[in-house]
Amino acid sequence: MASHPAILFQLGASHHTASLAVREKLALDAARASALASRLGQIAEVGEFALVNTCNRVELYGVASSNAAFPALHAALSAVTGCTTAELDSVVILRQNEAAIGHLFAVAAGLDSQILGETEILGQVKQAYEAALAQHWTGPVLNRVFQKTFQAAKHIRTNTGIGAGQISIATVAVDLAGRIFGELAQTKILVVGAGDIGLKTVQAFQSRGATAITVASRTLAKAEEAAAHAGGWALSLADLPAAIAEADIIASSTSSPDFILTRELIEAGIKQRPARPLFLIDLALPRDVDPATAELANVFLYNLDDLAEIAEENLAQREAEVAKCQAILADRTAALWPQVAHSLNAPHAS
Amino acid sequence: MASLLTDRALLWLGALLYLAGFLVGLIGLTRRHSPAGLRTMLNILLIGGWGFQWLGLYQRGLAGRGCPLGNTFEIVQFVAWSAMLVYFFVGSTFRVSLLGLFTAGYAATLALVSLLIPQWDLVRGQKLFGNNPWIEAHAALAVFSYGVFGLLTLTSLMQLLQNWSLKNKRLNGLFWFLPSVVQLEQINYRLVLLGVTLLSISLSVGAAWWVRNIESVHLPKLMVTVGVWLAYLIVLLLRWRGRLVSVRFAWVCLILFGLALLSLGPVNADRHGYQPVILTPR
Repeated sequence: MASHPAILFQLGASHHTASLAVREKLALDAARASALASRLGQIAEVGEFALVNTCNRVELYGVASSNAAFPALHAALSAVTGCTTAELDSVVILRQNEAAIGHLFAVAAGLDSQILGETEILGQVKQAYEAALAQHWTGPVLNRVFQKTFQAAKHIRTNTGIGAGQISIATVAVDLAGRIFGELAQTKILVVGAGDIGLKTVQAFQSRGATAITVASRTLAKAEEAAAHAGGWALSLADLPAAIAEADIIASSTSSPDFILTRELIEAGIKQRPARPLFLIDLALPRDVDPATAELANVFLYNLDDLAEIAEENLAQREAEVAKCQAILADRTAALWPQVAHSLNAPHAS
Repeated sequence: MASLLTDRALLWLGALLYLAGFLVGLIGLTRRHSPAGLRTMLNILLIGGWGFQWLGLYQRGLAGRGCPLGNTFEIVQFVAWSAMLVYFFVGSTFRVSLLGLFTAGYAATLALVSLLIPQWDLVRGQKLFGNNPWIEAHAALAVFSYGVFGLLTLTSLMQLLQNWSLKNKRLNGLFWFLPSVVQLEQINYRLVLLGVTLLSISLSVGAAWWVRNIESVHLPKLMVTVGVWLAYLIVLLLRWRGRLVSVRFAWVCLILFGLALLSLGPVNADRHGYQPVILTPR
């Protein structure tokens, strides 16, 4: 009796196929992930598996002894997530063998991400693999595939510009601050206005090590609330002149119809600290910062349009790198597949 | 083989390696993400160039029995060599991106120009320092400080470029690799401090011998030398007091170094005990 080779598969849904509402249903918290793993372990045709579960994708990678595994996998996914079979059929994609390897490479390299070239996904794939390894869900096939995946993703990061430049307003602002100040841990950040966009920008700065945050708002109570949220200090707009003299970075996002940060105010502030540059981020519409402040020496002003334009340029540059990345990954997939195919033919694979 | 490696041949090798380093750095600039190992290759080329330049200057020092500062050619070579040495320390301490490329270009230009102008090496002073090691140290330190000021000029240029890039929102290409404004400010401050310190020590040593024989140094040389030192000292003090910062500081450093380089002519032509020797024209 001729034995069939085992199948390396990837089965799952991502932001490419599933709407946000469906992804919310598919999302696996720790308990559901554990329940799904438990069900997968009970499917006789599945020899190895790993579960990559992020906010944008739920994907199963594994080795199946026959096609009979796939309806069972669907059923398991349906049982755990509550999605109907019809719902799953419309969003879940099955890739096999070489295509599955190519897909995993692309996911880990950030080519398949909603934010093209983002790096967080590689860490998430590593975590997924380590969890599977710790639970002994993986075997020789998946171990080899995942190790090669990490090597390929690292190669892409090092040798292409897929991750270069930031592509969101907040991270572009942080990137610019890095060009002005280098390390951000010692910089003092002043947020004018307690709006959402200002606080999101603060979070981006905090993710790069900034700790000295001050929030200024027209009403002190609002400033205090926002400062508590951001883990900083609060002050009212009346104290702005003194705060400007202390700040390295000022992000302003009030709803004021007039300029909050006038040229005179900024000029007076920087006179007290002439050797340090000042980075002004105007996130407001209408603008909060007088454009004339950009003429001052050692003052760098960027408004929403400037930041958006940089983000778009960076995205275009990342997109220009996609073809190069795909070619590299295709070569690596083609090189890995014969080895994996050999393993899949081995008796232990299924 | 040994006879082929004359002092000038070694200096040519050094200059060409600097040029190769500069070209390798330029290749890296053509993409945001340089191929792995490009930086290592750049450093190897610069270290190799510096080593050959050192050997070339050493041979000339042995032949002249003193520090190789006998003519404009040697002084310019020494300035390039000093700038590269300072870069090795500054570059490894602060990990300043692009500074290697700038220093390579600067050192290659100085070294190649000096090699391509034969007139600079036709005449060489003998017994320049009257067998006095203190005077020799004075001269070497003074020229070394020019190497430091040369590097300061490069970092000032980088600061001007970074400032222009950030002000005009042109952030790609060469500008992508520039160090941060604050980092360049800090490096500039330390370089001007180092340069002024070295020049002050050099002038102190020179002054200690000068007071014993005031006629040994003519007024033009004295005025030019003290003028350069005073100008950099004032820049340092103004920077320290926060009165001269950022772009204005960078512009002043650029202009001042241009003037300092021009001053090398009068200083070189007005040496104590200068006994020119006509070298065989090459």
